[in-house]
Amino acid sequence: MKKVYGSAKEALDGLLFDGMFIAAGGFGLSGIPELLIDALVASKVKDLTIASNNCGVDGFGLGKLLDTRQIRKMLSSYVGENAEFMRQYLSGELELEFNPQGTLAERMRAGGAGIPGFYTKTGVGTVIAEGKEVKNFDGQDYILERGIFADLSIIKAWKADTTGNLVFRKTARNFNVPAGMCGKVCVAEVEEIVEPGSLDPDHIHLPGIYVHRVIAGPHEKRIEQRTVRKREAV
Amino acid sequence: MPWDRNQMAARAAQELKDGWYVNLGIGIPTLVSNYIPKGVNVTLQSENGMLGMGPFPYEGEEDPDLINAGKQTITELPHSAYFDSSTSFAMIRGGKIAMAILGAMEVAENGDLANWMIPGKLVKGMGGAMDLVAGVGRVVVVMDHASKHGESKVLKECTLPLTGKGVVDRIITNLGVLDVVPGGLKIVELADGVTEAELRAATEATIVG
Repeated sequence: MKKVYGSAKEALDGLLFDGMFIAAGGFGLSGIPELLIDALVASKVKDLTIASNNCGVDGFGLGKLLDTRQIRKMLSSYVGENAEFMRQYLSGELELEFNPQGTLAERMRAGGAGIPGFYTKTGVGTVIAEGKEVKNFDGQDYILERGIFADLSIIKAWKADTTGNLVFRKTARNFNVPAGMCGKVCVAEVEEIVEPGSLDPDHIHLPGIYVHRVIAGPHEKRIEQRTVRKREAV
Repeated sequence: MPWDRNQMAARAAQELKDGWYVNLGIGIPTLVSNYIPKGVNVTLQSENGMLGMGPFPYEGEEDPDLINAGKQTITELPHSAYFDSSTSFAMIRGGKIAMAILGAMEVAENGDLANWMIPGKLVKGMGGAMDLVAGVGRVVVVMDHASKHGESKVLKECTLPLTGKGVVDRIITNLGVLDVVPGGLKIVELADGVTEAELRAATEATIVG
């Protein structure tokens, strides 16, 4: 089966519908599926629920889908970098479900592994625990969190081979692995597509079994907080 | 003179032990890495997927694929390792991280911590803080003793939504060091030039012993 597509638009063909649930990879602006986000904007698909650790910044990343009002609900751990997000949330236009970062990652991983729920200490005794089952194991309380089963995963990797095996680079791996696992269909965008055999099988981060469609293209890879140190005088 | 930000960070660095894997929060806790004592080797975890976090890059060497949990550009070290977010929080929840040093808005005498939300005002999110305080071996809070309005942040009970319940082990403020013990807080150390009476007066929480 052919997995390599010519563009983000082609790769999303037949997968989109209003009200769908999308899991997106990335942390801040690092490792975000820029090309697929642009294609979602162009598709005008709406009433989206998106599970993503962050929601981009104003005008970039998932922030673009806020500007076009295509997002109905976000599942995120941190949304502090986005004034438009805050405006839509506070005015009631946008629904937000805060998930602790590790809970969000594990919910995605669990969904991808066919696990509908798991117990965790994270959030016990906080607002996160409200309405959730509490179970005591060996004297310690845990809350029940649900696995995420998304309609679609959109992720960004460094390299793919034509069978969808993915390799990530440095901290741009982040949520791309669990987000990629939990969708019925996973579309990955990469910087370079190579032939099978070019990637070391021992170094595959996400095996192609999880990845259904792949595109390659240029990425802006914007830096959110540019921090540097001075070079010591020689 | 109470401690300044750098002195608080330097004091917090004394909490580190050789061989530990540690997570440092955003703000003053980030400064702790500047004061790690000689002979103490610690590996810093960044919860977005890295162990062995290095210093900021030289200008021109910034890499958008290499950032810390505060989204700042950083560098790697010879022993660095990268992993995905679920693996990152597996090591946090699995108790593999010896200590987290975090900032706070409020801490209560029973170890309750609030550092993620001010209802109606600040709605940014908890990030990884709830996972960290629930999972790591030891939680040390570094913060100013009082708010900008002069109100104690070391309280009998937190007023803000909690990050974790009964999770704080030690509090380092500009006035000194306090431990969470049965019945309240115990003074461990006073900042240079701060008297015990001054520390008690600035603290709403019960001080025992």
